[in-house]
Amino acid sequence: MYTGKIRQILLITDGCSNQGDDPIAMAALANEQGITVNVIGVMEQDVIDEKGITEIEGIAMSGGGVSQIVYAERLSQTVQMVTRKAMNQTIQGVVNRQLQEILGRSQTMEDLPPEKRGEVMEVVDELGETVELEVLILVDTSASMKHKLPTVKEALLDLSLSLNARSGDNQFSVYVFPGKKNDVEKLLDWTPKLQVLTSVFSQLSTGGITPTGPALKTALSAFNQKPSLRSLLSRDDESYFEESM
Amino acid sequence: MMMNHTLKSQCKVSPGTSITGKWHSQTYTIIKELGFGANGVVYLAKHKNTHVALKMSDNGMSITSEVNVLKSFAKVQGHSLGPSLLDVDDWQSNGGRISFYVMEYIQGPEFLAFIQMKGKSWTSVLFLQLLNDLDLLHATGWVFGDLKPENLIVTGPPPKIRCIDVGGTTIQGRAIKEFTEFYDRGYWGLGTRKAEPSYDLFAVAMIMINTAYPKRFTKTIGGLKQLKEAIRQKPELLKVEKVIVKALQGDYANARQMRTDLLDTMVEKPAISPRTAGVGNQSLKQTQQKNTKKSATVTRQTYRRKKKKSGWMEFFFIAVVLGLLYAWYTFNNLP
Repeated sequence: MYTGKIRQILLITDGCSNQGDDPIAMAALANEQGITVNVIGVMEQDVIDEKGITEIEGIAMSGGGVSQIVYAERLSQTVQMVTRKAMNQTIQGVVNRQLQEILGRSQTMEDLPPEKRGEVMEVVDELGETVELEVLILVDTSASMKHKLPTVKEALLDLSLSLNARSGDNQFSVYVFPGKKNDVEKLLDWTPKLQVLTSVFSQLSTGGITPTGPALKTALSAFNQKPSLRSLLSRDDESYFEESM
Repeated sequence: MMMNHTLKSQCKVSPGTSITGKWHSQTYTIIKELGFGANGVVYLAKHKNTHVALKMSDNGMSITSEVNVLKSFAKVQGHSLGPSLLDVDDWQSNGGRISFYVMEYIQGPEFLAFIQMKGKSWTSVLFLQLLNDLDLLHATGWVFGDLKPENLIVTGPPPKIRCIDVGGTTIQGRAIKEFTEFYDRGYWGLGTRKAEPSYDLFAVAMIMINTAYPKRFTKTIGGLKQLKEAIRQKPELLKVEKVIVKALQGDYANARQMRTDLLDTMVEKPAISPRTAGVGNQSLKQTQQKNTKKSATVTRQTYRRKKKKSGWMEFFFIAVVLGLLYAWYTFNNLP
């Protein structure tokens, strides 16, 4: 049985990047490394401009993830749905690859008759419940996000509630951009619980620029540092995951 | 909600469209749309002169997952938990391949609309039915998950509550697949999102509150405090406050316990007259469940109080009579 990890970046933003690398290219880079990038665009009464929406969809598409644009009030429910949906997509991708190996080229779950599909789905469900999940949350703290931050905090606490109901392990890490000194700042190192956020989030200051691309780049390196430590313990799992992606 | 644009464009089918399955070659004619949610659109359709409900989605996974749930319900004897499953297939539309399944068409008004039409006296009957169905469902190892009035339909006559939309139905012990904030104990800070019977019972309690607040309300301070306050403002909720609060706190391990307690609040107290609550019925009362016992002791106490009162009356009467007799005696004995 599949014992790899699922790695995701969850980007929460309300508009277009305006500094540094192209975020869509950075998302593609993440996808190449087996990391899925999901994006949530937070609206208020104001609507995000067309350019912002195009970028949000572009990042998710090249990051192999899911994107969704929502009003701030709907954020909690959306964050957990997006994460879960992307997780299921990744698992389905893995399962499809294995099916192709068994049944030959171009055979995916959808090509099976509905009766057989049900059995495969049980495997997907089971994996979704037990697989180890790493989510790096990247929060846009540019000036326009300031009054949405309490809602973002609520949504993230809600996410950890949803994911911690699974029997598989979870690891979360939170980065914000722009940071106090750099483009991006680490707010919370890898931890299974997000409750710590409550205290850190209230001290956040917001800045003017939106360096989404550089932020994604830093997020990637946060994943890359991690496996180098962990692979000492579970090298097999790691390589297996990389392969199946 | 998610990927609305793609859902709409691909799964929007106009009335009159014929849908033929790729695998089982059955043909369905779309009559009208019944509703749509996060995971697809449900249509009323005609198949060989019977009405059926047809759910389609461009997300094949969620269709397969729901079919799995409906299949396992079908194994339960005398199932009435969800709609019965009739067919699963794929349809090659102009926009691409769409997975769909066909189920029994459950006809009737939604839960809250029914109560509005028929009056509040139906409320408790429907909740008793619902708790009975949930008890059966839980016994099969599932938790309904996304329990809310929109997913409950009252068919009949005679009126019978039925659950539709099994998209949130989850195997016990796993994380709840799908939920709606107002009915979710996690949202109110009153528990986890693990699929347990008590998760559904919390939702039932919230539906009870919902009947008094048809427009719902949002979280302010959250927690038990806000919900208790909401209960106190409505007399119809106050009557069942104990049951609601117990369910909100997760004190019920199963639906049967909650059902017994709810039934108990509905038994009209004056109906138990002091005489029948007395010695004759005592043994019968004791065999009943704990909860009923509580109300029985209450009535027995009032009975005793009355008894005490009449005892005093008796005492005074005898004292006065004796006093009179004594006075008469002493009066007669006077020289």
